Amino acid sequence: MASEAVVERRSAGHRLADLFHGRPRLQAGALLAGPVGWLVIGYLGSLAVLLIAAFWTVSPLSGELTRGLSLENFETLVNEPVYRDIIWRTIRIAALVTVTDAILAFPIAFYMAKVASRRGKAILVVAVLLPLWSSYLVKVYAWRTLLSAGGIVNWALEPLGLHGPGFGITAVWLVMSYLWLPYMILPIYAGLERIPDSLISASEDLGASPLTTFRRVILPLVFPAVVAGSIFTFSLTLGDFITPRLVSNSQFIGTVVFNNFVTNLPLASALALVPIIVMIAYLLVARRLGAFEHI
Amino acid sequence: MRTHAHPVSTAWLVVAGLLAFMLLLAGCGSSDNNTTGKELTKVGKGEGALSLISWAGYVEAEWTKPFEQKTGCKVSDKIAGTSDEMVQLMRTGQYDGVSASGNASARLVDGGDVDPVNVSLVPNYKTIFSELKDQPYNTFDGVHYGIPHGRGANLLMWNTDDVKPAPTSWDVILDPKKAAKYKGKISAYDDPIYIADAAVYLKAHQPDLGIENPYELNEEQFNAAVELLKEQRANVGEYWSEAAKQIAAFANGDVQVGTTWQYQYFELTGAGEPVAASPASQGFLPSEGATGWSDTWMISSQAKHPNCMYMWMDWIVSPKVNAEVAQFFGEAPAQSLACEQTEEKSFCAKYHAENPAFWKRVYFWETPVSECGNGSSDCMNYNDWLNAWTAIKG
Amino acid sequence: MRLSRRAALLLRLAVAVGLAFIYVPLIVIAIYAFNASNILKWPPPGLTLDWFPKAIENEFAREAFLTSLKAGLAATAIALLLGTLASLAVARHRFFGRETISFLVILPIALPGIVTGVALNNTFTQVLGVELSLFTVIVGHATFCIVVVYNNVVARLRRVSTSFEEASADLGAHAWQTFRFVTLPGMRSALGAGALLAFALSFDEIIVTTFTLGAGEETLPIWIFRNLFRPNQLPIVNAVAVIVVLISIVPVYLAHRLTREEGGAAGARGGKAVEAEATAVP
Repeated sequence: MASEAVVERRSAGHRLADLFHGRPRLQAGALLAGPVGWLVIGYLGSLAVLLIAAFWTVSPLSGELTRGLSLENFETLVNEPVYRDIIWRTIRIAALVTVTDAILAFPIAFYMAKVASRRGKAILVVAVLLPLWSSYLVKVYAWRTLLSAGGIVNWALEPLGLHGPGFGITAVWLVMSYLWLPYMILPIYAGLERIPDSLISASEDLGASPLTTFRRVILPLVFPAVVAGSIFTFSLTLGDFITPRLVSNSQFIGTVVFNNFVTNLPLASALALVPIIVMIAYLLVARRLGAFEHI
Repeated sequence: MRTHAHPVSTAWLVVAGLLAFMLLLAGCGSSDNNTTGKELTKVGKGEGALSLISWAGYVEAEWTKPFEQKTGCKVSDKIAGTSDEMVQLMRTGQYDGVSASGNASARLVDGGDVDPVNVSLVPNYKTIFSELKDQPYNTFDGVHYGIPHGRGANLLMWNTDDVKPAPTSWDVILDPKKAAKYKGKISAYDDPIYIADAAVYLKAHQPDLGIENPYELNEEQFNAAVELLKEQRANVGEYWSEAAKQIAAFANGDVQVGTTWQYQYFELTGAGEPVAASPASQGFLPSEGATGWSDTWMISSQAKHPNCMYMWMDWIVSPKVNAEVAQFFGEAPAQSLACEQTEEKSFCAKYHAENPAFWKRVYFWETPVSECGNGSSDCMNYNDWLNAWTAIKG
Repeated sequence: MRLSRRAALLLRLAVAVGLAFIYVPLIVIAIYAFNASNILKWPPPGLTLDWFPKAIENEFAREAFLTSLKAGLAATAIALLLGTLASLAVARHRFFGRETISFLVILPIALPGIVTGVALNNTFTQVLGVELSLFTVIVGHATFCIVVVYNNVVARLRRVSTSFEEASADLGAHAWQTFRFVTLPGMRSALGAGALLAFALSFDEIIVTTFTLGAGEETLPIWIFRNLFRPNQLPIVNAVAVIVVLISIVPVYLAHRLTREEGGAAGARGGKAVEAEATAVP
């Protein structure tokens, strides 16, 4: 009989599937083993090791690591004012860049999502994404030339009697706002797209002005997407050290971590804990605000 | 009703266990596979490749191409901007050799990152200037650790259109009042070793501090130098570590005066830029003298291509090549016979290759250590310099 | 949405300014790719076409490009695998710690690159005693690329109802067959978009790469980093950057088409299902 034949000759694949059948948690477990194993052991494990390294010290000449339990590095970070200045400066610029990008990104994203034709949308999406493919380093170097004393920015502002910012912390803010802008445009665009036009029409039919519609309908719905974009702008600024090095003399958290990485790994690790703590806090808040659906 | 273990919770337990294991591993950590510095006894056949770390301008096609043709060792070179970077790269154990300055060599030896060099296997070593042999930056406890490459002094360079009158002293960038005239247009070297430049300045201008060796500073002398640099920071336009960055900065007018190497000076004058450095009449140095470097090719203790490295070390100090090298960069060659090979017959004289009196005013980069040489050990060590540098830059 | 004429004009102006902001530096890069001098002065003293053929002939650049391709493809493949597995587990099952998975997956990309780089480098060289190589780079890249695949696929799986999969099971297909014939085709565009974004992230990544790459090889960003500091190589670097941007127009456009297909454009379709979802949101 046909069914008997089928039961007898179940393939290995079938038998394996039978093992999982009716055992959803085993299924979930098997699915998760790979990714979770990789992330927890490989990634979290590495972070944990870094955390431990923050408690070590280093011999001045040979640089040999003394593994132990010392709070020396944390004391240095707390007592020396320069580290507090650097941390505060990094966080300040990260916040500034995030706000700047949100403001710059919104009109473009809004136009792409709600105003542009199908073809216009395609062109704009490609136009916004394309800069991500040109090398980060080349872009920063281009900005260096733009901002230099004989560069385009000064040349353009001269007839107005103005002066470009030159190199410095302003330049860092400007360049980073530039670099991370696409990371803010895309989530906002996706978020705005998800708002059906009918909701907006309904608001207008009920008599709301465009500004009110924006404030009370669009903004609350797109806010999680803005937060999602801000995760990237904030964290990318928080850890960057190449841009500050190329367009300013300012030291960021990443600068000091990088400089101390080989000669004083424990101090570098201790300092690296700061952005970890800041970002975890940021992520927890972002998750609460619903941003994780919008990345 | 089937009873089954809860595989997902079990999975979490396993994961937690593995995490704990990782932490344990971290605690025990890896050994530093420190070979007790063995020298090569014989140079065998080339391994076909060579991986170097060097300063900008030290490894150029002009002399690597003939080397590759002669030995079959294909050269790949990583340019580092500071000695810190060089130490960092050498610690990875993935390079064969490095052109180390004095503020890196001691650290490399102490960290076991380099092996002694058997100078008998480098025939051209015999005719190297005796002044460069057995120096504290390339010979440790009587053991040779490298082959001298060449030496030079850090220059004071300025834009002749913007900086008038032509400076004769470092005070144009270090004296707070004089430096303020060029506020925002000063170029300083971005490395803790720059503190020594401040010490050289103070040696001449504040003799009561009693500074002798700008790399051996007690706390009082060190703090004075650090204070001077903190005051300088307000006037600095840019701290540079990449030569190309400084070249562009001078060419674009972002900086007008500062400390530099001959490499940048020649690139800029070659491109027709209006820059000048201390002239012959001043002995090529500002009145206080200057810091400088005497570089040594060192071989990694984990070199994968030791034979090629030895061949390179012999090649780079062979008369013709060392002459090319010195002329390209603009430094004094290490090889005495190179002086007959230079295009310009007066090249060696110009660069004081055979003039010990000149080098007396140059303080070669050294690694600051606690032992002060005169018996005491209260000098500031490299970690102090590194931390101070972070504080100086703010 | 009805906008007044003035508002519409202001909007268009804002978009124009924004796009100009984005593209002026890129145009500068393009101009410098034709720069006749080695020094980055403005305006460039002369123009030449020499750098493009030199860039293509430069064997280091070509090798670096291929290495970046290899690393990107490998990292993307791993990210696809792990991201899909994780998203299937999260979207189709309930278990202890489900909410934490999203957090865990996003961590590698949310934490600054220098933290990830230093941590991985430390683990590889100190704890495991493994030599750095392209493999370690791929591990690093794959780790932060998982999230882009994961998010795309999870979003997709959440929108597709499970009734198809249940029907397939009812008809006698086992888990793997259901996945292969029912679930996977529905996810294809999400996988494609995620893969392209993951590849882009890996291709231009420099910070984590600096800490995880061995000496013998270099990816394209590392090559660029090396050559930015050699004055006589600077224009070649700019030429290479221009070439890469031009080549990437095609995959970027493809990515857009894929995301459109999956119905991310609620405005375009205005489907009832999406409206229902949106009204259920707050």
